[in-house]
Amino acid sequence: MFRFIIRRLLMAIPVIFLVVLATFVLVHAMPGGPFDAVGMRAMPEHIRVVLERRYGLDKPLYQQFFSYVWNLLQGDFGPMFRQPSQTVNDIIAQTFPVSIQLGTLSVIVAFTLGIPFGIIAALNHNTAIDYSATFLAVIGRSIPSVVLGPILIYVFAVELDWLPIAFWGADPPFALGVFPKITKQFWTHAILPVFSLGTGMAAGIARLTRAGLLEVLSSDYIRTARAKGLRERVVIVIHALKNSLIPVVTTLGPMLAAIMTGAFITETIFAINGMGRRFVNSIGQREYFLQTSLVLIYGVLLIMGNLLVDIMYAWFDPRIRYD
Amino acid sequence: MTADKKLDEIKNETESQYGKGRSPMQDAFREFRRNIIGVAGAIFIVLVVVGAFIAPVLTPYDFAQQNLLNNRQKPMESYVITTDYAEEHCHWYGTPMEWGCTVYIAGSDALGRDLWSRLVYGARVSLAVAISASSVSLLIGLIYGTIAGFAGGRTDNLMMRIVDFLYAIPRLPIIIMMTVYFKALARRGVTTGFMGSIISLNKASGGLLFVFIAIGALNWIGMARQARGQVLAYKEKEFVEAARAIGAGSGHIITKHLIPNVIGPLLIIESMAIPGYIFLEAALSFIGLGVDPPTPSWGAMINEGYAGIRSNPHLVLFPGAALTLLTLAFNFMGDGLRDAFDTRLRGRK
Repeated sequence: MFRFIIRRLLMAIPVIFLVVLATFVLVHAMPGGPFDAVGMRAMPEHIRVVLERRYGLDKPLYQQFFSYVWNLLQGDFGPMFRQPSQTVNDIIAQTFPVSIQLGTLSVIVAFTLGIPFGIIAALNHNTAIDYSATFLAVIGRSIPSVVLGPILIYVFAVELDWLPIAFWGADPPFALGVFPKITKQFWTHAILPVFSLGTGMAAGIARLTRAGLLEVLSSDYIRTARAKGLRERVVIVIHALKNSLIPVVTTLGPMLAAIMTGAFITETIFAINGMGRRFVNSIGQREYFLQTSLVLIYGVLLIMGNLLVDIMYAWFDPRIRYD
Repeated sequence: MTADKKLDEIKNETESQYGKGRSPMQDAFREFRRNIIGVAGAIFIVLVVVGAFIAPVLTPYDFAQQNLLNNRQKPMESYVITTDYAEEHCHWYGTPMEWGCTVYIAGSDALGRDLWSRLVYGARVSLAVAISASSVSLLIGLIYGTIAGFAGGRTDNLMMRIVDFLYAIPRLPIIIMMTVYFKALARRGVTTGFMGSIISLNKASGGLLFVFIAIGALNWIGMARQARGQVLAYKEKEFVEAARAIGAGSGHIITKHLIPNVIGPLLIIESMAIPGYIFLEAALSFIGLGVDPPTPSWGAMINEGYAGIRSNPHLVLFPGAALTLLTLAFNFMGDGLRDAFDTRLRGRK
């Protein structure tokens, strides 16, 4: 197992390198540069030249790329053009923990909602309970976060006025870099974005749990377990559940991607100062270093997520061996 | 050719002896028809498609027609308008449905554009994305996967390594960067060469082409994996061996034996991916990277409306409801199709 992890991590290096290279080329290929304008006016030519030399933008592209990679290896993500008082490292240190908090809470919500729903539906197969749970799950899957976010805001923040409309309830610095101070303010701000991100995932998990459990419940070893006279609860919880969760685990990788997708939208809707919103906001600007670095982080996250899925796969199903 | 003739002969012989059988396809459709919710989804989609086609008839106004005197009107509230204006701009003026020109059926947006007209035309964007993205991804994925699976060996290995690589890259940020790149080039007004022709095509489609390219470019990889898996499963089956034994070439085997078997499941998988494409278009439009204004897209409409959600919730709720209903219909239909075509599940109910 250990060797498998090492091998996968080594294989990830060229992938990450190519992703960074592609993004770097793509951002630099865009017409225009970061210093073309001051507000609405064009930047005077001589100032633009000086600024570009200051950030090394006048050098050939391959030199810029290698110095960027060299700096990356030393943990330096590069400067910001529009906010010279901050570096990309600062921006990431502020926004990354927020995104992680949002994503983690959403996944927790998704699992705590989705798995029980799926189990209840499967145990009451082809009854009214099953149909309504399945129906709810389809609806949950069909509401895009672009729609769910504004609707939640409208109902719970505007009309009922129970929860705050926007922003995240905790600011950096965080304990250990990621853990927020748990206050009432944190929770009230977190509820709406977390649910708007987690509902779709919960629906997907519920569907997979139901399908997996139905599949397992009709298998021979469950019949054996029942024939032995085990209580139904033991049969379900100890014998059936673990195997039925295997398909759920497989979706964790795509789910990580979904969290990213959702985070772009959800963070924008709720004006949360996370990585996704930062990325979206930098679209129109030519923040070469910020954009490349954020894509790099997303790439690393995705690879780690997929690796985690494979590891959990082996843990859930001991027949799977990677060596 | 000879293989075809021989197969036809055998087929005719069996049919004359045992009567015409029902194909698995017919069985599946029979099954699907029994699924009320799935059929309802399919009917709804057909209705939306028809509505998108006859959009000019269904809409009182041009979707881009601004009327700043009457902006942010509530739905079904009558408003004052000069006869000249109505005569000039309203399609329904003077018809029995004249009320369409003194009332905004679904209200009007911040620029005084008729929201109903924009909703109806917005269906065109979502449907176009659903159809084009799924057919592009199916086509590329099918070809790529079939070649990889059929060729096997080194070619297969290499082709699948490429897919693995594409799988590991963060798609959404890359799609966003690509769209930004296209848009930046378009704004520069590049008119020469290959990019120039693409940009003018994009302009003609209201900015849709870039969305297609961005969505289609990276979504075929899942389909390629599925297609390869299916081809691998069928490649060693007896009927392929039989076809080879009577002298059929690779092309014949692929087109006549493998693809007909493979395409069914792939269509189902693709139909279940459609909501994802619709979401993606809405998301891109929401952050301002989708279609070009004034082409209406539901995602872009939500973006325009949500800043004023306190006073004008209808500007968000209507496009949101439209988006949700359409994806709901696609999900119901996809689930129904999967249940009908998945022979393992059939008869278990």
